[in-house]
Amino acid sequence: MHEMSLAEGVLGVVQDAARAYEEALSQSDKDSRSGTAQRARPCTVRTVRLEIGALAAVECEALRFAFEVVKRGSVAETAALDIVHVPGSAWCMQCSRSVAIAERGEPCPDCGSWQLQVTGGDQMRVKELELA
Amino acid sequence: MCTTCGCGSGQTKIEGEHEHTHVHADGTMHSHPHAHGHGDEGQDHTHAEHHHHGHEHMHEHEHVHADGTRHAHAHDHVHGPEHEHAHEHEHHHGEGPAHSHAPGLTPAQMVRIERDILGANNEIAARNRRRFEDAGIFALNLVSSPGAGKTTLLVETIRALGAALPLAVIEGDQQTSFDADRIRATGARAIQVNTGKGCHLDAAQIERALSALAPADESVLFIENVGNLVCPSAFDLGEAMKVVVLSVTEGEDKPLKYPDMFAASTLLLLNKVDLLPHVNFDVKRAIEYARRVRPGIEVLQVSATTGAGMAAWLDWVRAGAARARERRQQTVSALRRRIAELEAKVAPAR
Repeated sequence: MHEMSLAEGVLGVVQDAARAYEEALSQSDKDSRSGTAQRARPCTVRTVRLEIGALAAVECEALRFAFEVVKRGSVAETAALDIVHVPGSAWCMQCSRSVAIAERGEPCPDCGSWQLQVTGGDQMRVKELELA
Repeated sequence: MCTTCGCGSGQTKIEGEHEHTHVHADGTMHSHPHAHGHGDEGQDHTHAEHHHHGHEHMHEHEHVHADGTRHAHAHDHVHGPEHEHAHEHEHHHGEGPAHSHAPGLTPAQMVRIERDILGANNEIAARNRRRFEDAGIFALNLVSSPGAGKTTLLVETIRALGAALPLAVIEGDQQTSFDADRIRATGARAIQVNTGKGCHLDAAQIERALSALAPADESVLFIENVGNLVCPSAFDLGEAMKVVVLSVTEGEDKPLKYPDMFAASTLLLLNKVDLLPHVNFDVKRAIEYARRVRPGIEVLQVSATTGAGMAAWLDWVRAGAARARERRQQTVSALRRRIAELEAKVAPAR
């Protein structure tokens, strides 16, 4: 769908985290050199791990492609994108229990009812980063 | 660019804002939009809040090393408003540890951040929502595929309600101000947001449009999203609810084809019902499909051209506006009571 915007969102989150990491590093440099001002160490993002739910309507291949484009010239220039897929889950009001669904609009796999409330698998998150 | 829908950012245009290009002493060129408010005083330039004098830009540098190696690289600058030119350069000297600045000193580290990809949008949306609630504004995000009749529906809604309720409209389209022009012809206030390459409105565009539009307190704000049944479902704008418009000339299976939009919407407006005798559209099945993806979705059947069913829709809007107004008045009276209590407390000390 809007994978370019999502890729830009990912990059924004990564840049913020990398900046915070660099600041923390330069702070610890300062501390260990008893107050001597120290140039912030540039950090490199090696891996960006995302968590994408099956119900988040994200086309992962398009997101990968878009991320390849937006990461150029950034701190994530050489970063690899690792996508963790999270299955969809919903609460079935007929069965009163949680069931697995592959997409919205699917009936309960047990009773066939559509009285479902999505409870998981709709997230799009940057889970963790590997920084060096 | 996105392979699916071609959307990207950076090409948003909001009516009343002008593009400026600046050339700095160092030859850097950058452009940015800003708003002019030409009041009676003539030249007061109200700059929209996004008009930072700071800017980001990219430079290409070429370095020649002592050993004669030549390499070029790009890096980003962010200039603060003070135009301090303290640059942190990020050097990417090719791959591998051979060129890194401090080899071996910074082992790789996993950092858990757990942040929402759309977190930045959601934060602005929360700000917009707060602003609507504080002002008692009932904000609706109207979504549909192109041609479902959103604008005609809005024009008729404004004609019917405009005298009794203050109304304003934010129109989202990739290009042109045709829709905003149609709305303004009814006398209502409207502003056009052109998303350029973007396939949806986002919360930041709404925030910018709000500073220019300044909707009245206790009014109804209609946000007509870009005609697209896919992308706008993921982008919260801060609205009270989403209203999805489906016309009977489309197909009753759309709720199943585009489930995310129907799952995100509170109300389904089935439009162009005057055409039902001429088209092969099963109303019952369309509603059943919509309820498969959102069991509790409300449904109203309307025809903006003949006026059929419009009364129920207008009542629905009035009820929402009344709720927003009441909530604000309750907050205001609760604050008044609190102030009175506090004043009573400090009175003896005076």
